[in-house]
Amino acid sequence: MKEEELKVTVRKEDNYAVISTEGYINNLGGEKIAKECYQLMDEGVKNFILNLAQSRVINSIGISILIEIIEKVLEVKGNISFCALTPTIAKTFRIMGLTQYAKVFATEEEAIKAITG
Amino acid sequence: MKKKVKTKELELTIPILPNIELLVGKVVSELARHMKLDQNEEDEVKMATIEACLNAFEHSKSKEGKVYLKFQIANDELMVVVRDSGVGFNPEELNPPPIEEMLSGKRKRGWGLKIIENLVDSVEIHSEKGKGTTVIIRKRKKG
Repeated sequence: MKEEELKVTVRKEDNYAVISTEGYINNLGGEKIAKECYQLMDEGVKNFILNLAQSRVINSIGISILIEIIEKVLEVKGNISFCALTPTIAKTFRIMGLTQYAKVFATEEEAIKAITG
Repeated sequence: MKKKVKTKELELTIPILPNIELLVGKVVSELARHMKLDQNEEDEVKMATIEACLNAFEHSKSKEGKVYLKFQIANDELMVVVRDSGVGFNPEELNPPPIEEMLSGKRKRGWGLKIIENLVDSVEIHSEKGKGTTVIIRKRKKG
């Protein structure tokens, strides 16, 4: 797993998009995720799944950018969820209260199921 | 007779550069593996150390532009000391904003030390205005 530069992959489906990350989520990494999310929002996407399976480290600046994304998604009455978090990242999100506004799922399949029913 | 504890130490001085905290993270990972910490314990102490470095980079306003690190392994415990010679601060004045405040866009930062506290066994902060800050993190092997 390469840590230096965050790799972001986007998969757009009918009524949701999955954004997968690989590497360190710092300020630049966070901005990369935000750029993809905001572009998808402009295209009308309201439901987002952030799959962080390949990211073991996130810093507080990266988290603050994720909070901005949550804020924007909530503004358009959309949904955002995280999946495949390491226990350390899940714990950090819980402590900071992110899980009150964004659901956390163990797997991407579970997160998709919560949207598609 | 008291048994003498063998310690292993490493010291590192880093310039304040973008992403240099990742190098520190790699050092922590190596030491964690040497101690046979499990993956979660390794991730926790690594993320806490990275956060302590970021705090020093962002808030110390250190004129010399350096951060001093010391790593010590003794008795199944990893101690990481992160020291800067910056402006210092009063840890009691730190008050991380609740999520509602962060979402409303008023204030999104200020969580660094809280994150560190929740990821390791203990955190000590020694700070003096105008002289700098030392953060001491301790992570014990549980398994």
